Amino acid sequence: MSEGVIIERAPTDWALPAMQARIGKRYAAERRFRMLGLGALSLAGLFLAFLLWTIISDGVTGFLHTQVEVTAKLDPDVLGIDASSISGPGGEMTLNRANYTAVMNAAARQRVEGLDVDIAAVISDGAWLPLRSALREDHALLGQEITIWVPTTSAFDMLAKGSIDRNAPADTRPVSDVQIAAFDSLKAEGAIRTRINTTFLSQADSTSPELAGIWGAAKGSFLTLLITLVLSFPIGVLTAIYLEEYAPKNRITDIIEVSINNLAAVPSIIFGLLGLAVFLNFFGMPRSAPIVGGLTLALMTLPVIVIAGRVAIKSVPPSIRDAALGVGASPIQVVFHHVLPLALPGILTGTIIGMARALGETAPLLMIGMRAFVADVPSGLDTPATVLPVQIFLWSDEVARGFIEKTSAAIIVLLIFLLLMNGFAIYLRNKLERRW
Amino acid sequence: MKIMNLTAPAVDVATLPTAKMTARDVDVFYGDKQAINSVSIDIFEEHVTAFIGPSGCGKSTFLRCLNRMNDTIDSARVTGRMELDGQDIYSPAMDVVQLRARVGMVFQKPNPFPKSIYENVAYGPRIHGLAASKAEMDQIVEASLKRASLWDEVKDRLDESGTALSGGQQQRLCIARAIAVDPEVILMDEPCSALDPIATAKIEELIDELRGRYAIVIVTHNMQQAARVSQRTAFFHLGTLVEYGDTTDIFTNPREQRTKDYITGRFG
Repeated sequence: MSEGVIIERAPTDWALPAMQARIGKRYAAERRFRMLGLGALSLAGLFLAFLLWTIISDGVTGFLHTQVEVTAKLDPDVLGIDASSISGPGGEMTLNRANYTAVMNAAARQRVEGLDVDIAAVISDGAWLPLRSALREDHALLGQEITIWVPTTSAFDMLAKGSIDRNAPADTRPVSDVQIAAFDSLKAEGAIRTRINTTFLSQADSTSPELAGIWGAAKGSFLTLLITLVLSFPIGVLTAIYLEEYAPKNRITDIIEVSINNLAAVPSIIFGLLGLAVFLNFFGMPRSAPIVGGLTLALMTLPVIVIAGRVAIKSVPPSIRDAALGVGASPIQVVFHHVLPLALPGILTGTIIGMARALGETAPLLMIGMRAFVADVPSGLDTPATVLPVQIFLWSDEVARGFIEKTSAAIIVLLIFLLLMNGFAIYLRNKLERRW
Repeated sequence: MKIMNLTAPAVDVATLPTAKMTARDVDVFYGDKQAINSVSIDIFEEHVTAFIGPSGCGKSTFLRCLNRMNDTIDSARVTGRMELDGQDIYSPAMDVVQLRARVGMVFQKPNPFPKSIYENVAYGPRIHGLAASKAEMDQIVEASLKRASLWDEVKDRLDESGTALSGGQQQRLCIARAIAVDPEVILMDEPCSALDPIATAKIEELIDELRGRYAIVIVTHNMQQAARVSQRTAFFHLGTLVEYGDTTDIFTNPREQRTKDYITGRFG
C-alpha cells in the first residue's frame, strides 16, 4: 500500500436499486433456509409417524389372544393322581406331572363335537396349562368339572383378529373352509373370546406363536443392561476423571486417548468375537448368560462413557477448580465436591447414549450364544437368556404367520423399555443440572 | 536484561513489622519461557502490598507462586526460595492444602461455587474441620459474611445460589469464602477488574478493613487503586521486580526511571 494515500469514497447510498436487490436477496436466502429446515423436520416427522403407525397397528393385537371355552372334568384317574398324593410331601411334583393333556383333549373333543374338525386345529398345544394353574391354586377342584377358557391355535387367533383373508383361495390361507365354519359356529355359541394375552407378558419364547412370551427376553435385557451399567459407568467415569484431572500429558496418555476414540468406532460384532474368545473360551463362563452379554456390552459402552465423561469434565469452568483449590481443597475434594457434580449431567447424557445403544445391540450377543432358543424366563445372571432385539430378530425369522404380530409387539416392548430408560435418565439429568 | 534487585527494602526496616512471606531469587518458567526473573520481596503483616505493572509483566504469575497455585499448570517450574513464617513453601515437607488454607486467594473473575451462599462460605471450614457443630459453622459463616460486608445484603437468603448475586456481591462472597478458613495472607488477583466503580469502592473499603487482620497482596492494573489501598507497592516489568517500597514513595518519588514512566502513564 502506498503511504499516506486515502481513497476518497462517495457516501454510501443505501437506496440504490443494487442495494435494495441485495437486501431482497438476503431475506430470500433466510426464507429459503428456514423452509429447508422446516421441510427436513416435517419429512423426519412423517417417517417417524409412519414407522410408529406400522409397528403399533401390526403389534397391538400381539398383546391380545383368543380363547375358547371348554368344560373339563378333572378326573383323578385320567390325570393319574389322587387327592392324598397331591397334599402330601412331593405333592407339587405330582401336580406338575399329571396328565393334563388327556383331560384337555377329552374336553376339547366334547367342545368340537359335530363340527368335523380335529381338536389340534382348535386348541393350542399349551391349552392344558390353564388347567394346571387352576388345580395348583385350588386342590379341591380335583374330581370336579370346571369350565375354563383356554388359548386357541394361532390360526383361530388370527381368524378372530381378522388378520386372515377369508376370501382368499383355500390353499393360500392357513385355515381350511371346514375350520372357518367351525370357528364361526363356536363364535356364534359364544365360546370364543379375545382377552389380554398374559402369557405374552409373563412367559419366554415358544415354538407356537400363541404360547410365545416376551417377558423372558425383557428380563434378559434388564439383567444384561444391569451388568453393563454396573461395570461401565463407574469404570468409565473414573477413567475419564483420571485422564482429565490426574494423568500427565505425555506420549502414553496420547496413545490411550487415541485408542479410546478408536474403540468407540469399532463395529460391535468385533466386541462379540472378543467376548466369545475371552469370556467364553478363556474364562469358561456360561454360554448365553446375561453376565457374559453384560460384560461384552460393557466393553462396547465403556469408550462412549469415557469420551462423554471427558468432554463433560473439560467443560467445567477452570475457575471452579481454582476456587476450590484456593480455599485449600485437595485434588480429590476438588473432583468429587465440585467437578463431578457439575459434569454429571453431561456424563449421564453420554451414559444414556451408550446404554441405549447397548439395549438395541444384537450383533455381539449373537456371537456369545444369546440367540439360542430359550423357553424359560432367566432366573439369574448365569442362566441362559436372550434379549429383546435378539428376540425380535428370531421372531422375524419364524415361518409361522402368528409371529408377525409378536414381532411388532416385541418392538413395542423394546421401544417402551427404551423410552422408560431415557425418560429416567433425562429426569435425573434435569434434576442434577445446575447453573454456573 | 539483568537489573538490580531490591531485596529487603533499603528504607527504614525498623519501622516495618515482621515479614510474613519472603521470596528470594525466585525464577518461574513456563516450559522454556522464563516468566519471572530472580525476584526477591518481603510481604509484611497487617499491610496491603500492591503489585503493579503492565500486562504480561509476571505479577499475577508471581502472586500465584505465593500459594503454589502454579502447581496446577504442568509446564510451570519455580526455583528459588519462598517462605511463609520462615518455612519453605516449596519444600517437600510443606503440605500444599494447608498452605492454601493459610494463604487464601481471591480471583480476577468472581467465581462462587454453584451452591447456596451459605455453602459457599461453609465449604472451606468444613473440609478443614474448623467447625465442630452446626452452630459453630453458622457463627463462622455469619462472621465471615459480616467481615466481607455482605451479611446485611444476604442474611435473609442464605439458601439462594451464590451465582444469583450481582458481580460485586459475588466478589465479596468470594472474599468471605477466603476469610472463612481464617487465612494469614490473602492474595487478590485483580479483584475489581470485572466490577463497576461502586462495587470497586466497596471492595477497596473492605480491603482496608481486612488489613488489620491479614497480610494482603493485591495485583492491580489500576494505579489509583494501588495508591488508595496499599501501603507497599511493587512494580514489575518484563518478569523482573523493578522497584519495591512504600506506596507513597513509589508514587511520589520513584527511584527508577521505568517506574516513573509507568506511573505517569508514559507506557504500559
